[in-house]
Amino acid sequence: MSTPVVEVTDLHVSFPAVDAVRGVSLAVHPGECVAIVGESGSGKSVTARTLLGLSGEEATVTAGRLAIDGVDASRFSERQWRSIRGRKIGYVLQDALVSLDSLRPVGKEVAETLKLHRAAPRHEIPGKVLDLLTEVGVPEPEVRAKQYPHELSGGLRQRALIASAIACGPRLLIADEPTTALDVTVQAQILRLLAERKRAGQALLLISHDLAVVAELADRILVMKDGVVVEDGTAVQVLGAPEHPYTKSLLAAIPGPGFRNTVPGDVVIRAEGLVKTFKGRTAVDGVSFELRAGQTLGVVGESGSGKTTTARLVLGLLRPDRGTVEVDRRQTQVIYQDPLSSFDPRFSVRRILDEALEVGGTPRRERVKRSIELLEQVGLDDGVLDRRPLKLSGGQRQRVAIARALAPRPRVIVCDEPVSALDVSIQAQVLDLLTGLQAELGVAYLFISHHLGVVHHVSDHVLVLKDGRAVESGDAHQIFTAPADPYTQELLAAVPGGHYDQADPSRRALPGREQHHRLVRPQVG
Amino acid sequence: MRIFAVAFLALITLAAIAPGLLTGSTPDAADALAALQGPSADHLLGTDANGRDVFTRIVYGAAPSLLAGLGATALAVVVGTALGLLAALGGRVVDEIVMRLVEIVLSLPTLLLALLVITVTGPGTVNVIFAIALYTAPSYARLVRAQTMVIRKAGFVEAAVSLGLSRGRIVTRHVLPNAFEPLVVLATIEVGTALVAAASLSYLGLGPQPPAPEWGAMLSAGRDYFSVAWWIAVFPGVAITLTVLSITVVGRRLQRRIA
Repeated sequence: MSTPVVEVTDLHVSFPAVDAVRGVSLAVHPGECVAIVGESGSGKSVTARTLLGLSGEEATVTAGRLAIDGVDASRFSERQWRSIRGRKIGYVLQDALVSLDSLRPVGKEVAETLKLHRAAPRHEIPGKVLDLLTEVGVPEPEVRAKQYPHELSGGLRQRALIASAIACGPRLLIADEPTTALDVTVQAQILRLLAERKRAGQALLLISHDLAVVAELADRILVMKDGVVVEDGTAVQVLGAPEHPYTKSLLAAIPGPGFRNTVPGDVVIRAEGLVKTFKGRTAVDGVSFELRAGQTLGVVGESGSGKTTTARLVLGLLRPDRGTVEVDRRQTQVIYQDPLSSFDPRFSVRRILDEALEVGGTPRRERVKRSIELLEQVGLDDGVLDRRPLKLSGGQRQRVAIARALAPRPRVIVCDEPVSALDVSIQAQVLDLLTGLQAELGVAYLFISHHLGVVHHVSDHVLVLKDGRAVESGDAHQIFTAPADPYTQELLAAVPGGHYDQADPSRRALPGREQHHRLVRPQVG
Repeated sequence: MRIFAVAFLALITLAAIAPGLLTGSTPDAADALAALQGPSADHLLGTDANGRDVFTRIVYGAAPSLLAGLGATALAVVVGTALGLLAALGGRVVDEIVMRLVEIVLSLPTLLLALLVITVTGPGTVNVIFAIALYTAPSYARLVRAQTMVIRKAGFVEAAVSLGLSRGRIVTRHVLPNAFEPLVVLATIEVGTALVAAASLSYLGLGPQPPAPEWGAMLSAGRDYFSVAWWIAVFPGVAITLTVLSITVVGRRLQRRIA
């Protein structure tokens, strides 16, 4: 076998407070894609950054062997690392808007790597930049090269970032959550682009929290938890026959179609012909829907599709230009994507719940008792009462947000991307909590998400939005199995990691959870 | 450094609240025979032209000197907060009017404006407080306006609206308290500026009238004897300087802790 582009054995990285990486070994060969999968805090990004000499001043790094392109890198000086970065190893980060200099046109950004490593004679650089942008699939590269990051869409920014990472023809491309911030159809495009690079002989190290995303690309998958690799094998092995319980739970946590058995009650929201325009741009354009007590309506769409505007119209935070919403606002509550920002930073959990109970008309002396009941309902104990949300984990915060929403005993809860910021196993727990509460309390959900798997898991009915219009709506099962609209079909096809398979419901169903989701490895080529 | 600042402020506060604990004599006890004596065991910081003990006068002067600075700052914070909230929440027209007024005040030379006010209202501690508050309030108004505009777009305010809280509740319970932290920081630093301004006005004879002990007025009174009795002017000046420095040190510390 050829020399690995990067090879590391028994890597340990520790920070003053935490041993972030403990005994990781991996090797990436040319034309191979290795993926590290893990949840936040697993040490996957620290591992990647260490391969670039970017673990930071506070980190202590030891390794049995650390070789880049066959050269020992364990004693590299900062200067030597600089000559590696960009030239031998390209690095693509999650958020291209932050990673690109906002005050420079993207063409200049790409050119900088070339200049820095003297990869091309000065007069050839502008031509080379256009070639690179073309290579990563940026349309009209002459126009785009002169634009600033904020003028580009998320997908184009990510492409520009990849262009600057591959500018000097690095042997290895490290991509840390390269598609996490992107819409599903754009994500599919970026994954296709990375697959092309791989076919061209590029070695890839892909970091992701999402097994489904890496399933598309990876030849080899390392699953990390708390700094340790718990499973390491070929993609077929890891996805098809996982051995470690953690890997199994990660796979099981990928949301798929849920088992719905709800009885529709009376109508709690009726929206008709909603239109909302912002400065001449129509955000919501004639959307109608109906939600019945005890049921869930999933609203799906990519960014800019009008999902959140629809939610805000329902909540009365915006007034529609045309159309009507019939809803009892006193009986409507919300859960947001980012629970932390939805809490007053000065408030403890006790005060948060107290205020919500006050709004619901609970007498003062009963509030503490009710608060504890609410916390129990969402699976927290009363120990969190005097903590501030800042000190809680992401999952706990979202549980507090759910408790707050339940406090005034609403009939409807608007859930705006309630699990999008959570790790996949936490996400599964919160979704289970929401469905459990629905069965118990008969509350209705208007469930907004860009994530099709999540929506499929919780919804009875689905509304698919595109550019403010409802392109398809109806029974969830119907839409996910036999989508009629081409856009819905495109969305479903873009879901990474395979397709929904109703034929084989036995696969990877967790005890107590009805879910029949199956990962099918796509045919490469 | 910080310990000295805190200790000095504690001492000054004690002097302002209970001056009798720090000195045995009274500030107005004139003794013509003991006039213009230098620092000695009897008179720690010497005596002034009327034979009054400078140390005692500085101790008793703490209260009126601090009162002007603190009073002016408190008034400015209240007025500034009200104006800032009004501008931020009152709609575009109100915002334009309030902020243009604020800018007009800010564009005038500060001491000149204070002189103008006192010329109209007459000298005295209360009028000094009004004069200083008038020209310090605008910076609080600007700060509160900016903070409020940021906070009212915050997720937790929208969450409070969705929860069903009334507008007034949201402002008093969520917006104001969150806008307050930076306000407190600015105020602690500005107290020093207000103190100096109050002392300056007293120095010009526009503050508390003689024989009341006030640091700025004492400084002014010592001016004529500076060549023969430097201590009359220097020690009140030192008191002002140390107080302002201490407040600034503590204020900066507070600012860093909050930021």
